[in-house]
Amino acid sequence: MDPVLLARIQFAVTIGFHFIFPPISIGLAWLLVVVEGRAWRSGDPVYVEMGKLFGKLLAFTFAMGVATGILMEFQFGTNWAEYSKFVGDIFGAPLAAEGVFAFFLESTFLGLYLFGRGRVPKAVHWFSILMVAVGSVISAFWILVANSWQQTPAGYAIRNGRAELESFWGAVFNPSTFPRFFHTITAAFLVGAFFMAAVAAYRLLRNREDEVGRRALRLSLVWGLVMAILVAFPFGHMHAQQVARTQPAKFAAIEGLYTTQAEAPLVLFGWVKNRPPEIKAKVEIKGLLSWMAFGDAQTPVRGIDEFPADEVPPLWMTFVSFHNMVILGLFFIAAMAWGVLQLWRGPPWESSWYLKLLVYAVPLPVIACEFGWVTAEVGRQPWIVYGLLRTSEAHSQTVSAGEILFSMLLFGVIYVLLGALWVYLMIEEAKHGLEPAVGKKEVMV
Amino acid sequence: MDLNTIWFLLLGVLITGYAILDGFDLGVGVLFLFARNEEERRIYLNAIGPVWDGNEVWLLTGGGALFAAFPIVYATVFSAFYLAMMLLVTALIARAVSFEFRGKLTGERWKKLWDWCFGLGSLVAAVLYGVAVGNVIRGIPIDESGIFTGSFFGLLNPFALLCGLVGVAMFTMQGAAYMALKTEGELRERMRDWTVRGWTAFVVLYAVATAASILAAPHAFVGLLGKAAFWIILLLFAVAAVLVPVESRRERYGRAFLMSSLSIAALIGLAAVGLFPRLVPSSINLAYSLTIYNAASTPRTHMVMLIIALTGMPLVLVYTAYVYSVFKGKVVLTEDSY
Repeated sequence: MDPVLLARIQFAVTIGFHFIFPPISIGLAWLLVVVEGRAWRSGDPVYVEMGKLFGKLLAFTFAMGVATGILMEFQFGTNWAEYSKFVGDIFGAPLAAEGVFAFFLESTFLGLYLFGRGRVPKAVHWFSILMVAVGSVISAFWILVANSWQQTPAGYAIRNGRAELESFWGAVFNPSTFPRFFHTITAAFLVGAFFMAAVAAYRLLRNREDEVGRRALRLSLVWGLVMAILVAFPFGHMHAQQVARTQPAKFAAIEGLYTTQAEAPLVLFGWVKNRPPEIKAKVEIKGLLSWMAFGDAQTPVRGIDEFPADEVPPLWMTFVSFHNMVILGLFFIAAMAWGVLQLWRGPPWESSWYLKLLVYAVPLPVIACEFGWVTAEVGRQPWIVYGLLRTSEAHSQTVSAGEILFSMLLFGVIYVLLGALWVYLMIEEAKHGLEPAVGKKEVMV
Repeated sequence: MDLNTIWFLLLGVLITGYAILDGFDLGVGVLFLFARNEEERRIYLNAIGPVWDGNEVWLLTGGGALFAAFPIVYATVFSAFYLAMMLLVTALIARAVSFEFRGKLTGERWKKLWDWCFGLGSLVAAVLYGVAVGNVIRGIPIDESGIFTGSFFGLLNPFALLCGLVGVAMFTMQGAAYMALKTEGELRERMRDWTVRGWTAFVVLYAVATAASILAAPHAFVGLLGKAAFWIILLLFAVAAVLVPVESRRERYGRAFLMSSLSIAALIGLAAVGLFPRLVPSSINLAYSLTIYNAASTPRTHMVMLIIALTGMPLVLVYTAYVYSVFKGKVVLTEDSY
């Protein structure tokens, strides 16, 4: 088998699995900053309970992220040695900065947060979850800097057969860093909100009086609605505009535009065939793509036919993942908006179907993140560093297909088991402290 | 001193920080295999519970720093050690998740499963670190164009395996010295015994490995006796290593742990003096070795990284020290414990 393809599949599997956890951790950490802040200021036992419950869920998810994250950092060297040699002068620094500025902060203060309750002053305890949350965002920033540089390289010069650093800030603030960072970080906040809402809904379905569930629902719906809007507008929109400017082949692929044209249409739905590039059964709005990408319906947008065949990303996968992400994004706004509306009109916990919807919707924001990641990374193909280095030239020459296959199967099996256990135990943990609905005492503030 | 040398030193500092801090975590994991009952096992886990995650970050930061400062070494060595790296990651995953999984369900078999994952994961990681260091000191087959030409089984040579045992002994000593600080009564006495036992094995195995390295890695000894750094670090190592059992028997556990940590630092220092200015000697021809010059990033990247390290690490040390001070003293099991 082709070692490049295997190395790509291994990377996709291991990073795809890893990427389930950090958005949940980031989103949950910031919600806990709010919850623990209220617990500290008011001393209200319901908030203290909430803090403990979601703190445990955070700890468990964080541990999964750490465990699966170690491989990420090593994998550039083990599987993509040629890539590492080519980009090391630029790409290593953000990874090291992530360690120095973020990993130490989150990991050290998470220990203090989880084990320090009652041992340190309440203000310090709150400060520790704040540092976890701040660390998680700094971490996201630096890893997205590294990723963005792969997408839109800047601040470098090609010398000695590799990319060498010319301007550190140029590389850090390359054209896609900010759009990607804000889009991704608001997505993580949204994931956290859906996660908290699902736990709350799950508890409320079992006991409508559960005060922890009610307050968690209220908090997560409001926060979630804000984030569901922000992730799409302005940040998703800005990110797409940046892709249109800086990676036109990717933009054409994800939008399903196969011929260059003025008044380019926005394709809403369709079925993509890779060869020859064609979309069947499509629904489109004329001129809308030109207008959304460049602010003018007359502006021509470059289609796939403009690019040499060996510089075009896979069409089906990018179109499908991008469009599903967008559809999910619209669903998130609707789901959160309905819940927020109910906060005024009658409590949302009165509505069984809505609570069930929230419970079953919990994987969707994570799936949307995965779609977004596929859109970004498959859309970058055939380049590993956009325009500079091809993926097919970047793998480790000394690692055989058999070795990759072996490790891929090894991690495949481990990850399936860990993933299943994580889901099962999270559900068990979500019930923690939940009293049965019948004959329970009213929790009073 | 040029930036390449500074980064050689800083990388040494990161590896030393990792070996001292996660070293005791790994040692605790190895000793965990010998725990006698459930309460003891929980004491082991909670002794490192609040800090193990932060300790492991030294590894991640070290990896990132290696990537940034000497990318050719990062790329060549990590791909050369491919299967060993995958085993290492598997072991680290097993131990990381067992903390969380273990306490989530009751049931003997469930706990047993994660006990083994934690203990064996730690043991395997300790062995592999030793094997990796052994191979680096000995040199690996790198040809004139910097390509690794060896195999996985070539990495499992007798000298490297011997170094693997040194690693296990060293981390066991470190883990026991740490546990003596966190326990009391009979368990503490056993930890004291384990410190001395681990120390004995460490000193004997290290002496054998040093003798073997004269044959296995003669390049490390060329001009060594003329270097002042060698004599200073050797003296430090001798003093620290002698004091580990002495302080332990006198029940001065804080000092014993400090001496154990110092001997680890000195051991890494001795290896570094032997290697410098090489990072990975080539066993085919020393001229093909990866050095701090031919494997390095540009001075600009080294400078950027130096600024990152100098701004970030002092802060890290301050809050790490604070967190350790909060959790100072004996383990107390509470409802928040593992």
